[in-house]
Amino acid sequence: MTAAPATAPKRQRGGSSTANSADTRTRGPRQSVMSRSAAMLIMGVFTLYFLTPIWWLLTTSTKTGGEVTSTAPLWFTADSLGTFFGNLGRLFSYGDGLFGRWLLNSALYAGVGALIGTIIAAMCGYALAKYEFRGREAIFNIVLSGVLVPATALALPLFLIFSQVNLTNTMWAVFLPSLVSPFGVYLARIYAAASVPGELLEAARLDGSGEIRTFFTVSTRLMAPALVTIFLFQFVAIWNNFFLPLIMLRDQDLFPVTLGLYAWNSQISQIPELRSLVIVGALVSILPLIIAFLALQRFWSSGLGAGSVK
Amino acid sequence: MRAHYGKVTAAFAMISALALSGCSAGGDSSEAGAEAVPCEASEGPVELSFTTWVPGMDQVAELWNTENPDIQVKVQTGPNGNSGTYQNFFNQIQAGNAPDLGQIEYDALPNFRVQDGLENIAECEGIADAQDQFVDWTWGQVTFGEEGSVYAVPQDSGPMAMYYRADLFEQAGIAVPTTWEEYAAAAEQIKAQGSYITNFPKTDVNWFAGMVWQNGGQWFANDGENWDVNLTSPESEEVATYWQDLLSKDLVSTLPSFSDEWNASFNTGQQWTWVSAVWGATTLSDGAPDTSGKWAVAPMPQWEDGGEAAGNWGGSSTAVLKGSDHPAEAAKFALWLNTDPEALALANELGGLYPAAKSATDLEAFAGGVEYYGGQKIYDVFADASANVNPDFTWGPTMTQTYTDVSDGFGAAIGGSGTLMDALENGQQKTVDSLKSQSIPVSE
Repeated sequence: MTAAPATAPKRQRGGSSTANSADTRTRGPRQSVMSRSAAMLIMGVFTLYFLTPIWWLLTTSTKTGGEVTSTAPLWFTADSLGTFFGNLGRLFSYGDGLFGRWLLNSALYAGVGALIGTIIAAMCGYALAKYEFRGREAIFNIVLSGVLVPATALALPLFLIFSQVNLTNTMWAVFLPSLVSPFGVYLARIYAAASVPGELLEAARLDGSGEIRTFFTVSTRLMAPALVTIFLFQFVAIWNNFFLPLIMLRDQDLFPVTLGLYAWNSQISQIPELRSLVIVGALVSILPLIIAFLALQRFWSSGLGAGSVK
Repeated sequence: MRAHYGKVTAAFAMISALALSGCSAGGDSSEAGAEAVPCEASEGPVELSFTTWVPGMDQVAELWNTENPDIQVKVQTGPNGNSGTYQNFFNQIQAGNAPDLGQIEYDALPNFRVQDGLENIAECEGIADAQDQFVDWTWGQVTFGEEGSVYAVPQDSGPMAMYYRADLFEQAGIAVPTTWEEYAAAAEQIKAQGSYITNFPKTDVNWFAGMVWQNGGQWFANDGENWDVNLTSPESEEVATYWQDLLSKDLVSTLPSFSDEWNASFNTGQQWTWVSAVWGATTLSDGAPDTSGKWAVAPMPQWEDGGEAAGNWGGSSTAVLKGSDHPAEAAKFALWLNTDPEALALANELGGLYPAAKSATDLEAFAGGVEYYGGQKIYDVFADASANVNPDFTWGPTMTQTYTDVSDGFGAAIGGSGTLMDALENGQQKTVDSLKSQSIPVSE
C-alpha cells in the first residue's frame, strides 16, 4: 500500500496524456478537412486490409471442403452454423485429438514461457536501471544488440547446441530459448528508470526491506504496465514462433499449433480433407491471441506509450 | 560507452553470421563413403525412428511392431520434404542425431547422396535380391546406377496418364487425343467451346520434368565423377516449345495448381483433361466431386504415333539415414514396408501411396473399377504406364534450386516476358552455378 501515493501521480500523467490527445482532436477540424479525411481513408483501407483475411477465415471455416470452391468466398452458406460445428468436431477428433494437444502445447510454451520470460526481463531491466555497477552499459548494449539478431537466424546454431546436450525433440528445446527477451529487458529498463523513484527504494531500504522483497512488493507494481506489455509481446512471439519448433521437433505430440497446422497444410495434396481442418484450425489458433489482447489491451497501450515517450 | 555500441553490435552480428555459414557449409560434398556398411544385426531389442509425412504410416508401423517385438519402429510425422523435413534431415545428420529411417522423394535422393547423408545398405540381408520386386525405373533411382550400391528402398511412384472428361469429348464429337499433335488440335476445338483442354502448372516443374522424361529427355547425368546438366536438350526444347505454343494461343489456363480455384475449374467442367500421375486420381475425385462418373483415363498422348512412353511425376523412397546405429534392422523394416502385401494395402488405403513394388497389381485396391471414373479399371492403365517409364532418368543434386529457378522463369513466361525455353536456359545456367558453388564437379 505504500506504493499507492507513488502510483497516483503516475496515473495522473497517464490521464494528462489522454487530455493531450483530446486537445489534438479538438484542434483537428481547424486543420484541413482534406488531410483528416485522407488519414481516415488510409486507416480505413488498412483496417479493411487487415480484417478481410480474418473475415474470410471466419466465413470459410463454416463451409465444407466442396463449398469452399463453389460458394461466395466472403459470405456464409445456408447451413453455416451446423457445418462450422461439424468442422470443429472433426478438427478436435482428427488423429486422436492431435489438435487439442497442439493447442495445449502452445499454451504451455507461450503462457509459462512468457511468464518466466517477463520475470527475467523485469529483473534484468530493473537491475540495469536502478543499480550502479561496472560494465552496466556494456551489458545493456550487448543485450540490446540481441534485439537486432532475428530469432530465425539463431535457430540453426541453437539446434546444433541442443544436439550436443541431447535436448532436441524435447519440450525444453522450444521452451528454453523462449525465456529470453532482449526487447523485454530494454523496455523494463526504460520503464523502471522512469517509474520507480530512487527515493522510494531508499525509503524501503531504511524500513528494512531486502532488495528482492522491494523488487517484488514495490517495484513490480510500479512497473506493472510495462510488465504486461512485455508479457504480451513474449506471449505473441512464442505463440507465433514457427521456425524454432520446425527445426527442433520431430515428434508431432510436441508440436505447437503453428507447426502442426503447417504440417497439415503441406499434406493437403495427399489428404484433401485436411484443407477445411487447417482453415478451422487457423481460426481457433488465433482466438487465444485475440482474447489475450482484449483482456490486457488497457495495460498494453499505456505501457507502450510510456516506453515511447521516454 | 556509446561509441562502443556499434562495435558490439557488429561483433554480435558477425558471430551469428559465422555460426550460420559454418552450419550450411559444413555438409561439404564428400563423394567418398560409398562403401556399403557391413550391416550386421544388432544384439537385443532395437528401437528405430522413422520420419515420414505419409498419413497413416504410424498404423502401418503398428502392424510391424506387433509382429516384430524386437524391432520397434516409432513413426514421427512432419511437414512434407521440401517444406522443411529435408532441411531438418540435413541438420540432424550434421548433428549426428538423424532418425534411422526417412522418407525421401526420388528427386531429392541425389542431394542426400552428394551430401553423404545416406547409408549404403546393399550388404543388408535381402536388399540386393529385392531388385526384381520393384518396377525397373524405381530401382535405378535408389542405386544411381552405382555398382554394389543401394541407398534406399523404393516406396511409391507416380506413373502418368491422361485423365479426361469422357462425356464432354463425346458430346463435342472430338476424338480422345493419342498424340500430342492431336492434343493440340483438340485444344483449339475445346477453346472454341469456351473451355480449356488443361491447366499449365507453372510451379510444378517436376510435372514438366515428367513430360521431358516421357519424351526420352535427360536433365542430369553422372558418370561417377562429374555431373552433366542438360535442361536444354532437344527433347526438353520440343516439350517447352509445344507448351509455349499452347500458352501463347491461350489454349491452356494458368491457375495455381491444387488451389481452390484450380479445383473449382475442374469441378465446373472448365478443364477437359489433366495429364497427371496415378495419385492424381484421388486429388481429382476430392477436388471435383460434382463431375463423378464423367472422367476416364487414357495413356499419355505420344510424341510419335503408336508410341507407348510414359512419364513419371513424384514418388518416394525409404532411406536409411547416415549415422543410424541399426542399419540392418532399418533396412529390414524398409524392405518389409515396401513389399509386404498387407503393409502396401494399408499404406495405400491410409496414405494413398501407389507402391513401387511390382506386386501392386495384385492388390485388391487396384483390381476393380473406380466409380468416379465411370467404373473404369484405371489402375490397369497406370500399371502399363509404369512399365513404360524410361528407367535411366536421373535427378540432379540441387533440385530445389533448379525447381525454383525454372518455376520463376515459367511464371515470367506466362506473364509474357520470355518463353518456357528461356526459363530452361536460365535454369541450366543457375544450376551449373549452384553446383560449382557447392564444389560439386560439373562437366561443361
